[in-house]
Amino acid sequence: MIASLLGALVGSVASSGAFSIPHIDYTAILPELILIGGALLMLAAGALSVRHLPTFAYTVLSAAAGVAALVSGIVLWEKIHGKGRPFTAIAHALSIDGFSTAFVILSACVIIVSSFIADGYLRREGIAGPEYHALALLGASGAMFMAAANDFIVIFLGLEIMSIPLYVLAAMDQRRAESGEAGMKYFVLGAFSSAIFVYGIALTYGATGSTNLAQIAGYLANNVSTNDGLLLAGMGLVLVGFLFKIAAVPFHMWTPDVYQGAPTPATGYMAAIAKVGGFAALLRVFFSTFHSLTATWQPVLWVVAVLTLVLGAVLGLVQRNVKRMLAYSSINHAGFILLGLQAASASGISASLYYVFVYAFLVLGSFAIITVIGRRGDRDHAIESYRGLARSHPMLALAFAVLLLAQAGAPFTTGFLGKLYVVEAAVQSHSYALAVIAMLTGAVAAGFYLRVVFVMYGQGSGAGARADDGAGVGAGVGSAAVPGEALAGHPELAMASAPGGALEVAPGGAGGAVASGATATAGTLVAAPTEPDAGETAPAGAGGAPSPARALPFDLAPTTAVGIAVTVLFTVVLGIWPGPLFAFVHAASLLF
Amino acid sequence: MLHAAFLIPLFPLAGFAVLALAGRRLGNPVAGWLGTAMVAASFVVTVIVFAGLFQQAPAHRSFDQTWWTWFSVDRLHVTAGILVDPLSMTMALFVTGVSTLIHLYSIGYMEHDPQLPKFFLYMNLFVSSMLLLVLGGNLVMTFLGWEGVGVCSYFLIAFWFDRPSAASAGKKAMIFNRIGDAGFLVGMFLVYERTGSLQYTTVFSRLGHVSGASLTAIALLLFLGAVGKSAQLPLYPWLADAMEGPTPVSALIHAATMVTAGVYLMCRINPILFRAPDAAHTVAIIGAVTAFLGATIACAQNDVKKILAYSTISQLGYMFLAAGVGAYVAAIFLMLAHAFYKALLFLGAGSVIHAMNDEQNTKLMGGLRAVMPITWITFLVAWLAIGGVPPLAGFWAKGDVLLNAYGFSPWLYALGALTAVLTAYYIGRCYMLVFSGNARWVEARASGDGHGAVVSHASTPPASGHAQEEADTSNPNVSHERVSQRELHPHDPAWVMTVPLVVLAVCSFVGGIINLPFHPNLVFLERWLDPVVSRSLFNHHFGAGTQVLFACVDAALAVLGVGLAIALWRSAVDRPEVEPTFLQRAWFIDFGYDRLIARTSTVFAAFTSAVVENRVIDGAVNGVAGLFRSGGGVLRKVQTGYVRNYALGVMAGLVVLLAYVVSRSVS
Repeated sequence: MIASLLGALVGSVASSGAFSIPHIDYTAILPELILIGGALLMLAAGALSVRHLPTFAYTVLSAAAGVAALVSGIVLWEKIHGKGRPFTAIAHALSIDGFSTAFVILSACVIIVSSFIADGYLRREGIAGPEYHALALLGASGAMFMAAANDFIVIFLGLEIMSIPLYVLAAMDQRRAESGEAGMKYFVLGAFSSAIFVYGIALTYGATGSTNLAQIAGYLANNVSTNDGLLLAGMGLVLVGFLFKIAAVPFHMWTPDVYQGAPTPATGYMAAIAKVGGFAALLRVFFSTFHSLTATWQPVLWVVAVLTLVLGAVLGLVQRNVKRMLAYSSINHAGFILLGLQAASASGISASLYYVFVYAFLVLGSFAIITVIGRRGDRDHAIESYRGLARSHPMLALAFAVLLLAQAGAPFTTGFLGKLYVVEAAVQSHSYALAVIAMLTGAVAAGFYLRVVFVMYGQGSGAGARADDGAGVGAGVGSAAVPGEALAGHPELAMASAPGGALEVAPGGAGGAVASGATATAGTLVAAPTEPDAGETAPAGAGGAPSPARALPFDLAPTTAVGIAVTVLFTVVLGIWPGPLFAFVHAASLLF
Repeated sequence: MLHAAFLIPLFPLAGFAVLALAGRRLGNPVAGWLGTAMVAASFVVTVIVFAGLFQQAPAHRSFDQTWWTWFSVDRLHVTAGILVDPLSMTMALFVTGVSTLIHLYSIGYMEHDPQLPKFFLYMNLFVSSMLLLVLGGNLVMTFLGWEGVGVCSYFLIAFWFDRPSAASAGKKAMIFNRIGDAGFLVGMFLVYERTGSLQYTTVFSRLGHVSGASLTAIALLLFLGAVGKSAQLPLYPWLADAMEGPTPVSALIHAATMVTAGVYLMCRINPILFRAPDAAHTVAIIGAVTAFLGATIACAQNDVKKILAYSTISQLGYMFLAAGVGAYVAAIFLMLAHAFYKALLFLGAGSVIHAMNDEQNTKLMGGLRAVMPITWITFLVAWLAIGGVPPLAGFWAKGDVLLNAYGFSPWLYALGALTAVLTAYYIGRCYMLVFSGNARWVEARASGDGHGAVVSHASTPPASGHAQEEADTSNPNVSHERVSQRELHPHDPAWVMTVPLVVLAVCSFVGGIINLPFHPNLVFLERWLDPVVSRSLFNHHFGAGTQVLFACVDAALAVLGVGLAIALWRSAVDRPEVEPTFLQRAWFIDFGYDRLIARTSTVFAAFTSAVVENRVIDGAVNGVAGLFRSGGGVLRKVQTGYVRNYALGVMAGLVVLLAYVVSRSVS
């Protein structure tokens, strides 16, 4: 259905006049078809079943669809790898190469892991029905289309197929006003950016006479334009469309609000899949199609990367809500991934691809843990909720610590290697200043990752703290548990120097005042609830007052635990033994 | 067989993983046995690999086993892999062997500690790190192990972190080590910069192209790392404080394994040291001076573990002296012998401390010979071994070092010989105070009206004594309580603790046979290590007569020290004339550091806290915040939560971007 529609669209563009249905190679789009089919099957099952199917059934179905898509993706990969050359399908609308297949495989992995992670959440919150999983599957298929697209129109279609489910997912939690608000914001701004994107396509078409990426590249290679203003404007608009999707500054402003408002597993999924799809298309379009315009877009990306890196790190530092903090962290990560594209070299693309892989798993795992800690109602996201987690839930705390350290770029993790390779690419293309800025912001960002680690391993609250622990014991635990005293200094500094939320650029103050009027209507959308001021005390807690005991204990669904374990294992094992993933990514960018 | 080498560090690592996941569930004795079994398994594998290596032709006993590439950037390819050669296997053999015994001993020693699983968790990680350090095929692997033992030593020294003195000792170890680590890191960078590789085999093959100055710098920087790790001047004070950890930890970390890492590093980089004679001389001089200094301080300490700690510092000085003069075989020989007798001394001291209900002051012991026969005999063997009385291991090892030192410089020899007398003397003093004389612990209990009196009588340095005392009384629930009122019935410990003592005593006694100087066929160790160090050895040829003469002198020195100890301390308990304050206070060096560096740093920290933090950092933060708020508060206004503002932001970004892009238009 979709395929024929695509064929029709491409046909109308490619052939002038006569309408012909192109040959459709279904194996080329099998992963996408599987996901869409899975979603439709789920919806049908949900509608037709007399009694509600258990949530777990949908999870299994979703994961199965993911596994099937993964397998077909691997088959496709073997096919390309075996033949040794990529091919285009469906009247050159899709480009099936190592690059696209790598992203297809990644999207399938994201679906599998996120299905497991969402399962615990859906059951905890009592959200029955197939909608969540069906939307997630559809979104992933959109990301796959974006990755495989060889035509601007297909990219646009993929973008929308991916985005619309994300808007709905963001708004899924009906009990929290912020969720609906997040969905609405994301939708309005997403529509806005889509319009810009389409306009960019139109201008590019006007300038080059084609929407096909290969044809545009060919046109640009063979013609010297006497007036390329139209083309450049088109390229700029297209770039803005992408930068919005990947949450690059200054097109990022929706990110904190949406990430914070959306149901937490959806946030993780969104953060992963939107970047997968967005970067897949962005890397392809700018590295191959607009390759001859590198001199023009490179400085733009330089500035955007710097802004993204710096703003993500600095604003992340002043957050007291872990969910919102990770939203800024993902902005910072986007900056790192842009580093590879900015290098405009084969190794840079390879590095970006690697980073996207790494990031997808990191962000899924991190938001999974935030989901668990958020407890029923998905509200406990203040950093104080993490106090003493190491005592009460050592494994969970360890997993989160690993994921956060990986995001900070600690060795033995994939995060370290990801940062290393993008920085290396930047250095190789002589963007020394950018490399230095990136590393500095990485250090700043480490401040807020380590703060969470420190709070988790610092003096516990009511849940696990022993009553007879004196001040010395607490300090000792803190210092003994966190390797290296140096870790302690930074977060304390960060916390102590955030003066009463004065730096809270987040909508804590201004937005909150409006929010109190309970006016969460479409016109005057306001952001998340005000941050609690209670946690202003330094976490080192020299015998400090224990924070109030938690009202609700949280439980960890086995499925979610599996999802978290997968992400942690991926991060650590491939961080210590990076050969396979690196070889895969390298091959993927070779088959570009 | 050689391909099993990867299992050597893996077994303790697996033990660590299991204990980390299920240590608490395994409970008290099981966790300990598991940890011990893992190290023992590692020892078995080491023996097998060792045998496999032995079967190879001597010239081909170096196997650079690369497992995988960890990361590669530009020319730098950091691989995970190990180097199996005689040096690394010798180290691995004694590290696993001694560690197994210490683990076994710990099962008994830590029996009543509820934190036993955690203890073995750290111990296993420690052994694993140490094995990675010695087996690592490149500097990065070695550095990983280096940092691993650093971190584990921190955890283990501060194991009883509820005692402020232990917590601060842990921090001290960490900080002193970090200074050294900085040297190691910079040295490593320099190695890469000059040779384009970090793989030992590659680095050594490219040394010909490196200038002498660079080699000297590299050697000195790596030596700085070794100084930190092996507690040499000027970075030694942490080792004395590190005695706050449980006694098996002292035996493991500060006698047998961790501190030898520095000596190992010097031996490993022997081709570099060979080409950098100035650096080598520095190593030798610092080693000799440290040996002497440590020995003098040990003569005046009262805490049994402090005596042993300073003794370790002194013995390590000997090893650096040997490495510095190019006598790498002698360094390794002494390291092996030292591993046996120092572990024995520490474990013996642990038995005594255990029996005395955690009393460590030798002045409050005495007469234990009668009640703890096994401990007594083994400790006696250790004393004679470290003192260098023939034919025990220490005699041969130390003789080897001194002979080579003489060949290099008579002055260093003189310092070493003087230290040899002191060594025999101070351990003798310790022995006499603990095992012979009157049973003073009976009197102490009889007159004891509480513990405070005893401590003040004992004239320990107030800094640690009082802090510890306060900690003990304020934490009645901790495992390490000192039950002063309990009746004392000192006795030999259970078999898990005595077996290691006996094994180590035997090794200390006969350890010398691995490198006997009589005949070229008997110098097993020298021939074994020959492929690694032969090209760097400074060859001093001494005639048989000279060798015998020096052996006689060594024996005489040892007997002199032993006799001195017996004569002075047979009946006496306090002899202020030979325990001067400046020695009790360790030449005031630690005190000087405290005044010069710690106090200044505190003042500086206070200053930064008051001024830099408040004015500069907060000022900057507030300034930024103010910037955001005032002047239209761009960012704050942007992040309002209003969609229309966000859209405006996108629009603004778009306009700027477009303006730039279109301005690049060719027309």
